[in-house]
Amino acid sequence: METAVHESAAAGANRPVPTPPRLSLPLALLLQRLLRPQRLWYALAVWLEGTPWAYRTFTAIEKTVKGGLFGCRMCAQCALPSTAYACPMSCPKELRNGPCGGVAANGDCEVYPGLRCVWVIAYERAAGAGRSHDLRRLQRPIDQREWGRSSWVNYWRGRDAGLWSADTSFAPAPPIEQPFDTAQGRR
Amino acid sequence: MSALGSRLRDALRERRFAVTAELSPPRSADAEVLRRGARVLHDWVDAANVTDNQGAMVRVSSLAGCVLALAEDVEPVMQLQCRDRNRLALQSELLGAGALGIPNVLLLTGDHQRFGDHPDARGVFDIDSVQLLWTARTMRDQGKLLSGKTLKPPPAWLIGGVENPFAPPLAFRAERLGKKIAAGAEFVQTQYVFDLPRFRAWMEAARELGLTSRCAVLAGVGPIPTLRALERMQQIPGIVIPPAVEQRLRGVPPERVRDESIAMCAETIAELRALPDLAGVHIMAFGAEALVPEILERAGLGRRAHARENEHVG
Repeated sequence: METAVHESAAAGANRPVPTPPRLSLPLALLLQRLLRPQRLWYALAVWLEGTPWAYRTFTAIEKTVKGGLFGCRMCAQCALPSTAYACPMSCPKELRNGPCGGVAANGDCEVYPGLRCVWVIAYERAAGAGRSHDLRRLQRPIDQREWGRSSWVNYWRGRDAGLWSADTSFAPAPPIEQPFDTAQGRR
Repeated sequence: MSALGSRLRDALRERRFAVTAELSPPRSADAEVLRRGARVLHDWVDAANVTDNQGAMVRVSSLAGCVLALAEDVEPVMQLQCRDRNRLALQSELLGAGALGIPNVLLLTGDHQRFGDHPDARGVFDIDSVQLLWTARTMRDQGKLLSGKTLKPPPAWLIGGVENPFAPPLAFRAERLGKKIAAGAEFVQTQYVFDLPRFRAWMEAARELGLTSRCAVLAGVGPIPTLRALERMQQIPGIVIPPAVEQRLRGVPPERVRDESIAMCAETIAELRALPDLAGVHIMAFGAEALVPEILERAGLGRRAHARENEHVG
């Protein structure tokens, strides 16, 4: 069995360890409304990408804030708004579409007994706020080249627009190689 | 007439109660183990799943096992998991299955490497099982890779997935099935059903979401032939064995555990057959393929159509 020492070592090495969010869902949603893409944030994102020292500083701040609040590992393609702000990249299998079949009967992660499965947390938070349909969205594969970049900058520049489907009715998905919103392609 | 390559597809399309079983590749370079297992299953199953480094233990590869099964006239289901391969390797394995005429694939996330014989390995998990199902459906139906590159001709396999109705969050498990169907799953096999009321509740939830008419559900079943197997299975994440099942197995003399577990498995199948929306059963005997015919016979499921046809010819 993993000990607390092993867990913190794993997290320190940026390996995924299930992490409960420290921010309540209403507060997270409020924050999301403030950070929603708009002209000001877009302009900031463009300036940051043109100014290496500022981008580095900004990314370090983002890592500290989101790391502390959500166990963020800086995949740079943030799924939090669609998962009740429980980070799926803190799942040891980095599952973005829901829990694996190995969740223990008590809701613990199979890899880290004693730690709660992040998808159990996500479901409970989402259902508690009447938002469980959020978890029905299909999540596209992430771009593994983006690790370490700023997800806020990517978000403000519209690069996250195609990360998950709008559909929550389980309708057959469009082909996976096409972004959901073709107007907003990733780099 | 069920030609090799369409037995499972035909059974599901014609809404016959389908039977699949697991065929576990050996931890050795011995092809005979697989051939023997395939011969045992031949008459009794529509298709056999060849597992892919199951339990995160190194075994003969699923693709190789599928080729050996084909040679024994057993229709394979190639299992493929995301733990050991990135998106390039997954797609190339899927193309390999298409090129070799493997008619069915079953796509899953895979057990974490922590539980296997190489806990020191790096787990890949580049994409997840839903994304892999979605990739497979795009490869087959759009003739496109994840990159958008064209496949000519595209592969033609039937696409399957898995679901565990018994693991938390229980209320989300039917919805997760829905995601897999939206992504491309045409059939799913479930984790071991020992808790029938819970399984019925999950089926009911899936029915209410309109999912059971869009995807064939095969209930996972299997014997627990020894008390050691019971203890081992209780350690496997995601397998739920209710106390009543354990009590029944512990309540008989050790030499009768095997028979008792076969009887229990057959009873479970008989009860499952009463479920109107269930497409079939999937038997997982953990390398004990020899038990499968006895279980099916006791459950009242005889030899499959292709075996009966052979009797007439021979």
